[in-house]
Amino acid sequence: MKTFATKLPVRAAVLALAALMPLAAHAHRQWLLPSATVLSGSDPWVTVDAAVSNDLFYFEHVPLRLDNLAVTAPDGAAAKVENASTGRYRSTFDVHLTQPGTYKVAMVSHGLFASYKVDGQAKRWRGSAEAFAKEVPAGAQDLQVTQADSRLEAFVTAGKPTAKVLQTTGRGLELAPVTHPNDLVAGDAASFRLLLDGKPAGNVKVAVVPGGIRYRDQLQEMSFTTDADGKFSVKWPAPGMYWMEAEVRDDKVAIKEAKTRRASYAATVEVLPQ
Amino acid sequence: MRRLLTVTLTGMAAVPFAGPAVAAEMSVKVEIPRLNVAEYHRPYVSMWIERADQSPAATLAVWYDVKHKDGEGTKWLKDMRQWWRKAGRDMQMPADGISGATRAAGEHTLTFTDAKAPLGKLPAGDYQLVVEAAREVGGRELLRVPFAWPPKAAASAKAKGEHELGGVSVDLKP
Repeated sequence: MKTFATKLPVRAAVLALAALMPLAAHAHRQWLLPSATVLSGSDPWVTVDAAVSNDLFYFEHVPLRLDNLAVTAPDGAAAKVENASTGRYRSTFDVHLTQPGTYKVAMVSHGLFASYKVDGQAKRWRGSAEAFAKEVPAGAQDLQVTQADSRLEAFVTAGKPTAKVLQTTGRGLELAPVTHPNDLVAGDAASFRLLLDGKPAGNVKVAVVPGGIRYRDQLQEMSFTTDADGKFSVKWPAPGMYWMEAEVRDDKVAIKEAKTRRASYAATVEVLPQ
Repeated sequence: MRRLLTVTLTGMAAVPFAGPAVAAEMSVKVEIPRLNVAEYHRPYVSMWIERADQSPAATLAVWYDVKHKDGEGTKWLKDMRQWWRKAGRDMQMPADGISGATRAAGEHTLTFTDAKAPLGKLPAGDYQLVVEAAREVGGRELLRVPFAWPPKAAASAKAKGEHELGGVSVDLKP
């Protein structure tokens, strides 16, 4: 991990921060946009766009870096990411769906953010808990450390939906779908559970925003609060791509210097017409 | 797309039966409209039987681009999205006695026999025949025609499409 202030150009630093910062900590939204989520045929592929922007789902700010990208195949093995590239406004990559079933596209990061001063000069640092002790000077002044666990997901299915990739890891804020995320239909209700470190995340606010923001005047955000079991239910008003987002702040930190943890989750789901 | 359709169900006087018992039959007539569009492709069409709770009981026919090289025609099966979700994604295509090539504009009649594939033996009850059409670079339309099975008397029911389908009728013979 690097000290941005010295080793990375400013734009890249902003980008890196954007890619790792907790989702609600700033106005921009991070998202993945698959070209399709329900596929048939003998040789299906998807292309996925990844970006950070205000409007969903338009590329207008910075691309999402693909460093933390992992695609999981229906059998649980890692799937190959092909033709990855990062442009000015978006990153893009392909996934060849060689197995029938549901694939998970995820960007997961567990990181620390530190700001401090050395000889009166402000420094910013990000990295792992292990790197923290080595890279951040012990006597740093005005040290402020935040831990951020973030997860960004999208699901695509070739043929019949399968459940293996929906298994959660028990770390950070995660979605445990009750309704399969590639089986969503306008007018129907879908249920999901939020888990924090593998346990039901109750009383958490979930925001659901339909795509296509550019062409309407109102955000049309739907807001839900999870019950004690972490559950929430969404009745889809119309077909389209939706962005779901939630964030939890607590003090379950990995190192004593960090005061707070922000655990965030966001996913893009597609709702088909009846 | 789930419009309420005008459905006529006409029971006809049962004709006294003389010969040996014959299995009940259902014939389905589907009209594919002739469309005046810049780029026309024959629609993919699926037809299936739905129980009263809208769960699928049997897929009767799937017309798609079966001859396309390397089975590439299956790529668009999901565009018949309700059939795909309810039945198609659980099936293997091509399927014997079910799948076939796309059809030209005009009327097409298929006849299905009780207790024989692909209709099979349906328990007595109320059903709907569902016909879904999806056309490449075009639209999609779905029609439902309710019927009771097995038929006690000859009966027919029909529905009318608006853009991707013309008339769809179901004729039952006990």
